[in-house]
Amino acid sequence: MHLVRPRDLDGVLDALAAHPGATLLAGGTDLMVEVNLQHRRPETVICLRRVEELRTFEPGFIGAGVTWARLEHGPIPALAELARTVGSPQIRAAGTLGGNLGTASPAGDGLTFLAAVDAHVVLASTTGRRTLPWSAFLVGPKRHARRDDEVILGVEVPDAAAWPQAFAKVGVRQAMVIAIVNCCVVRPADDDVRVAMGAVGPTVLRVPDAEAAVVGDPTPSAERLARFETLVRDGIAPITDHRATEAYRRHAAGVLARRTLERCLPG
Amino acid sequence: MSDVSVRRPEVADGVGTSVLRPDGIPKVTGTFEFLGDQHAAGMLWGATRRAEVAHARLRHVDVTPALAMAGVHAVLTLDDVPGHRYQGQKTTDEPVLAEEEIRRCGEAIAVVAADDPETARRAAQAIVVELEELEPLTDLEEALARGELFRHVRVRRGDPDARGEVVVEDTYAIATQDPAALGTEAGLAVPDGNGGLDLWGPTQWTHVDLPQLAACLALDPTQVRVHPARLGGAFGSREDLSMQTHLGMLALRTGRPVKMVYDRTESFVGHVKRHGALMHYRHEADRDGRLVRVEARLLLDSGPYELTSAAVVANSTYFALGPYRCERVEVDGYALKTNNPLSGAMRGFGANQPCFAAETQMDRLAAALGVDPLELRLRNAIGPGDHLATTGQRIEHPLPVAEVIRSVAAIPLPDPLPGPDVDPRRLPGGTGRTSPPGALVRGVGYAVGLKNLQFSEGFDDDAEARVELTPDGAVVHTAAIEVGQGLVTIVAQIARSTLGMSGVEVAFDHTGQIGSAGSTSASRQTQMAGGAVLRAAQAVRAAALERAGGDDLDDAGVWRDGQLVASLADLLADGPLDERVCFKHRPTDVPDADGQGDLHVDFCVAAHRAVVDVDPELGLVRVVEVAIAQDVGRVLNPLQLHGQIEGGIAQGLGHAIMEEVLVERGIIRNASFTDYLLPTCLDAPEVEAVLVEEPSPWGPYGAKGMAELPTMSATPAVVAAIRAATGQPLTRAPVRPEDIVRGAPA
Ligand SMILES: Cc1cc2nc3c(=O)[nH]c(=O)nc-3n(C[C@H](O)[C@H](O)[C@H](O)COP(=O)(O)OP(=O)(O)OC[C@H]3O[C@@H](n4cnc5c(N)ncnc54)[C@H](O)[C@@H]3O)c2cc1C
Repeated sequence: MHLVRPRDLDGVLDALAAHPGATLLAGGTDLMVEVNLQHRRPETVICLRRVEELRTFEPGFIGAGVTWARLEHGPIPALAELARTVGSPQIRAAGTLGGNLGTASPAGDGLTFLAAVDAHVVLASTTGRRTLPWSAFLVGPKRHARRDDEVILGVEVPDAAAWPQAFAKVGVRQAMVIAIVNCCVVRPADDDVRVAMGAVGPTVLRVPDAEAAVVGDPTPSAERLARFETLVRDGIAPITDHRATEAYRRHAAGVLARRTLERCLPG
Repeated sequence: MSDVSVRRPEVADGVGTSVLRPDGIPKVTGTFEFLGDQHAAGMLWGATRRAEVAHARLRHVDVTPALAMAGVHAVLTLDDVPGHRYQGQKTTDEPVLAEEEIRRCGEAIAVVAADDPETARRAAQAIVVELEELEPLTDLEEALARGELFRHVRVRRGDPDARGEVVVEDTYAIATQDPAALGTEAGLAVPDGNGGLDLWGPTQWTHVDLPQLAACLALDPTQVRVHPARLGGAFGSREDLSMQTHLGMLALRTGRPVKMVYDRTESFVGHVKRHGALMHYRHEADRDGRLVRVEARLLLDSGPYELTSAAVVANSTYFALGPYRCERVEVDGYALKTNNPLSGAMRGFGANQPCFAAETQMDRLAAALGVDPLELRLRNAIGPGDHLATTGQRIEHPLPVAEVIRSVAAIPLPDPLPGPDVDPRRLPGGTGRTSPPGALVRGVGYAVGLKNLQFSEGFDDDAEARVELTPDGAVVHTAAIEVGQGLVTIVAQIARSTLGMSGVEVAFDHTGQIGSAGSTSASRQTQMAGGAVLRAAQAVRAAALERAGGDDLDDAGVWRDGQLVASLADLLADGPLDERVCFKHRPTDVPDADGQGDLHVDFCVAAHRAVVDVDPELGLVRVVEVAIAQDVGRVLNPLQLHGQIEGGIAQGLGHAIMEEVLVERGIIRNASFTDYLLPTCLDAPEVEAVLVEEPSPWGPYGAKGMAELPTMSATPAVVAAIRAATGQPLTRAPVRPEDIVRGAPA
């Protein structure tokens, strides 16, 4: 196995150009599990840990190398809440938002926030940069639109710190559990509600019908909230697997989305 | 036997004190050398090729591609087993390597030794295995119908015509639980240059490994030395051999030391589990709540090999009712042969499964009668002088059933439901922030567990120990296995208090150095290894006093009338002071055709109370508190005893709400800690414990074994609490969110 340890972004891009298809290593909390299970045998590994440019965390931009530990103590409430649910303190100290995107699990907790705020994924290579909406980047379960010679630089996000927002996640344990369903709700304005649901489809997804049902109503009635819940339940595509049944996922997604929205309402 | 409860409180770190483990700090700071950390010069690494389906005919195995790889030194299959081809702790029926019929997923087909772990693993995968898949037998009813069983234990007692007016009847299921010891299986075999070998492997009883290994390796038992291993947990899963025979074969073949370490996924198929069970119960009582008749049919899933299942199903059958009187008892327990994962010993050894069903039945009977569930239990509680409702054995020794029930009920309840400002980690859903306080309901549930101490049914085992005086103090020698439970402190404490000396060390000897201490299981080592150490220490003390003509012994030496008359060095100048004792408990009977007889050495009992907060809409549960009142004889080490209680409760809670080996067509679907969920510290409840101390007449300093009970009735207590909160029947453990949500208005 060949290891490359660049000190800056140019070093990463050059290494990628020289070894297209090389494996990028950030926190390793997904990658090393794959290697240990012998699902992957990387030949060339490019280590991202020392690359300062990936660690930018400022209003409007979050670098791919920002760890859960930093997000947990950062200014964006929903992101902090979701970061707190990721793994254990050890995992949060190592794992990154970029790695969550790189893995592109339908249950990835960070992805719910990115979908809710309509983040754009910034990719870079020696031939230049390009920016993809989250929905164009995440194309299927564990599949994304990154080219072999690209690194994920980070995500462009709106300056969301002051918006009403919340995250919630159902799992059969108090902490350190993969989501059976997860959910992020943000309210950029009274006439704009966004609901992203994870682990209930091939990728994280938004539920536009449900959003439409509560847009413009900062104090929705119980009936309207019930309708919202039903629309979430009907607007997702969960499967049955060893973690939960489709029926439970649908039911729980509706309840979770309604409760998470309630946390974003005034009062 | 009166001398066993003499206390010498003046000795530092003796019985009754919370002595710290000598290996505690090394373990938490990472310097402790676990089994998997061992190395030997020139060692090779082993790897195992395993079946990926649960039932198949093995058509052909071609090892040549593996042998052709650089760095590979041996590839062995069944034909390379030098001696006997089967192993197992009680019944030796598990093939060392696969025969023509593959009977479980994960069955070892071939083993490899290579220069490094990576090469060994790749070589194992390079072996060409041709299988013809067969239909696996995975259903318990079907196994019974086909007569695929290892043992049927039948209990009939009392008046066959006894009938009660109030009847509750149902079927219960409890899933297979993995022992999930944090240390995976690891081992090392080192050839001794004379045709024999030294072996370190995951074990709970080296002297029972020895004859199996010698037979399989075609060696004389004197040529094999099985060493005590530094384990990262066991819970029963190391009672049967895993990799040891493979290591021995590879070491003998290559003439080099061979080491193996299973990863977590391999570990899931590399050790036995707690039997999943299907249980049908019918309880009949009179209007006053006296149990009149209990009928039970218990189906235990053993997997394809018997190993310890015959003894496990016996325990299930004899403890099918709990600690209650009953006029007529009919229990049939079956250990069934399937193609599911192998089950065997695990903390509670067959008594846990029926405890879940029977205690649920007691709650439902109480509801049917309109009496308090604890009152119903008290009305039926047995005690000394009574007979066990199943086997008819008279209870001779202290067994405070009513006391533990009353004591647990008297523990104050925790604070009521949390308010809006509570830390979300204390609510169901935890860090996931799923459940606002307003969405919660609280429930309280109880359960009582009864179990045997030591082995049963005529298996009259013993334990040897040696206590040796040296100029620096005393050394306790034992072959008993420290699996993390704290034997290392307990035997030293017993020796200190008995000798009158605080300078005591423990040496864990291999099979060539000392006789058997018996198994570290069945809640037995404090009483058995401890009993042997007590007697050896008494003998050493007596010999020392006699040699120097003294009346007291301490770390300085022998004293007479308050004067030191001989230092330890003086004493030993006239020859060693070294006593070896073999301690035996009272004998037990083999059961008659109706399962009757004095089958058990002794019994122990505990009662649990669980308090849970449930979010019924999402089906999420947080266990707020588990209280326990437990019969412990006398407490030898309070800190350690509380450790066993807290850990045991966490394990029982796990089986109540999250721990389940998911099996489909005999294949484990969640063979990792990503998906086999164990409780984290945030899931562990507050624990309140009341220790009921009625000294055992035969345990050292009055101690009784105690480490299985905290797990046993924790599971039914937690489920009972969820039932109380939700009104759902919950006849299956673990309870899944779906089980709670189902039936709730959609
Ligand atoms: C015990 C445990 C618990 C976990 N709990 C959770 C959880 O609760 N929620 C959750 O969502 N996840 C969880 N995970 C998964 C994992 O921690 C996260 O997905 C994490 O965000 C991965 O980040 P990383 O930096 O460790 O990625 P790595 O493992 O280093 O990389 C993951 C993938 O992304 C690629 N990659 C990484 N960085 C870049 C980049 N800048 N550009 C392009 N590709 C890149 C890598 O090549 C690799 O394919 C858990 C994992 C473990 C082991």
